[in-house]
Amino acid sequence: MSISHTLLGLLETGPRHGYDLKRAFDERFGHDRPLHYGQVYSTMSRLLKNGLVEVDGIEAGGGPERKRYAITDAGITDVEEWLATPEKPEPYLQSTLYTKLVLALLTDRDASSLLDTQRSEHLRLMRELTRRKTHGDLADQLICDHALFHLEADLRWLETAAARLDKLAKEVRR
Amino acid sequence: MSATPTPSPAHAPDAAPHADGTSALLHAEGLHKTYGSTPALAGADFSIRAGEVVAVMGPSGSGKSTLLHCLAGIVPPDSGRVLYRGRDLSALSDAQRSALRRGDFGFVFQFGQLVPELTCLENAALPVRLAGAGRKQAEAQARQWLERLEVDDIRHHRPGQVSGGQGQRVAVARALAARPSVVFADEPTGALDSLNGERVMQLLTEAARDSGAAVVLVTHEARVAAYSDREIVVRDGKARDMSAMAGVA
Repeated sequence: MSISHTLLGLLETGPRHGYDLKRAFDERFGHDRPLHYGQVYSTMSRLLKNGLVEVDGIEAGGGPERKRYAITDAGITDVEEWLATPEKPEPYLQSTLYTKLVLALLTDRDASSLLDTQRSEHLRLMRELTRRKTHGDLADQLICDHALFHLEADLRWLETAAARLDKLAKEVRR
Repeated sequence: MSATPTPSPAHAPDAAPHADGTSALLHAEGLHKTYGSTPALAGADFSIRAGEVVAVMGPSGSGKSTLLHCLAGIVPPDSGRVLYRGRDLSALSDAQRSALRRGDFGFVFQFGQLVPELTCLENAALPVRLAGAGRKQAEAQARQWLERLEVDDIRHHRPGQVSGGQGQRVAVARALAARPSVVFADEPTGALDSLNGERVMQLLTEAARDSGAAVVLVTHEARVAAYSDREIVVRDGKARDMSAMAGVA
C-alpha cells in the first residue's frame, strides 16, 4: 500500500497535524500494522519537498508534531491519478506453499502432512477473522472478508493439491 | 427480543466423565461403513464435547455425510461404535434411537426439510410437539427461536412463501426448538448465497453455543467451517481429528 498516497488522501478531507494523520490512518487502514510516528513525519517531509502538501500552521512549541499540514492542488491531482490507476492484480505465481510441497515430494517427506498442517493453520486464522468480523462494524467486516476470501482461495488450492498429490509426486520425481 | 432460550436440565451440557472414561458427549470409535462394494467410511475415531462446534470437512464423496448419519444413529456402522453420553447407539432399540433423534438431536439439512403444508411457526414447533408438549407451549417455545433467528415476522407464512435464507433460518429454529444436546447440520448453507449463508452460520453457532448444544457441521466450504471451534477432515472415508495438528487449539 502506498502510505504517502493514503496520507495525502486523508489530508484532502481537511488539514491535520501529523499525529492526527497517524491516528486517522491507524483507525481506517492500520489494523494489525499501525504506522510509526517516524514514518508519518518522513513521509510528510517528502511530500512537502515535492510540493504536494504545505504547512498550514505551526503551534507554539516547535517540533514536527506541531505542524499542521494541508494538501496542495498538485497533491489533489496526485491523489486523483493514484485512485484512477488500477492496481496490478497479484499473479500469485511465486508461492511458498507450492515450493514447500514440491520440495517435500522431491525429498520423500510427508507432503500430505504438510498440506494438513497448512490447512489447520489457515483455518485457525480464518476462525480468528470470522470472530473479529462477527463483532466488528461494516468496515471491519469488509477488511476481514477481503482476507477471508484470499485464505479461502489458498485452502481450495490446498485441497486441489491434496487430491492430486500422487500424480504430482510422479511428475516431480521424473 | 425475549430472553435467550436455555437448555432444560435434562439436556444441560454434560462434561462429567462417562463410563468409557472420557468427558465426550459424542464419541466415535473405529467406524466403518460400506455401501455395496463401495467403502464410504474407513475409520473414524474422535470425540465431541458439549458446546463444541465441530466442522466435518472434505471433498464431495469423501464420506462426510455417512459419518454424520452414523453419529446421529440414522445408519448403523458395519463395525465400530458411536457413544452418546457413554451409551452405545447400536445397543439401543429402534424406538430408543428414534426418541433420541427427536429429543436430544436436532437436524438441519441443505434444503427440503420443512413441511410445506405447515406454517413456519408450526414447522419450528413440530419437534417440541413430537416431544409431547401441547400446541400453545410448543409454539411459544418455537417463537423464541424464530425471534432469535430473526424470522418471527414470517411465522404465519408457509415454506413456499419465504426465501431460501428465511426457510433455512426457520429450519435452524426448528432444530434448536426442542433444546437438543447435539445439532447435526449437513451443508446447511449449501443452497444459500454467501451473505445469507454467513448470517445463518452466525445465528446457528451463536444460538447453539448459548444453549450449550454441540454442533456437528458437515461442509466443504472453508468460510462456513471458520465458524467452528475445530475440524475433522474426511478423505477417502478416513476421518481425522485435526485438533492434534500444530497451531490448533
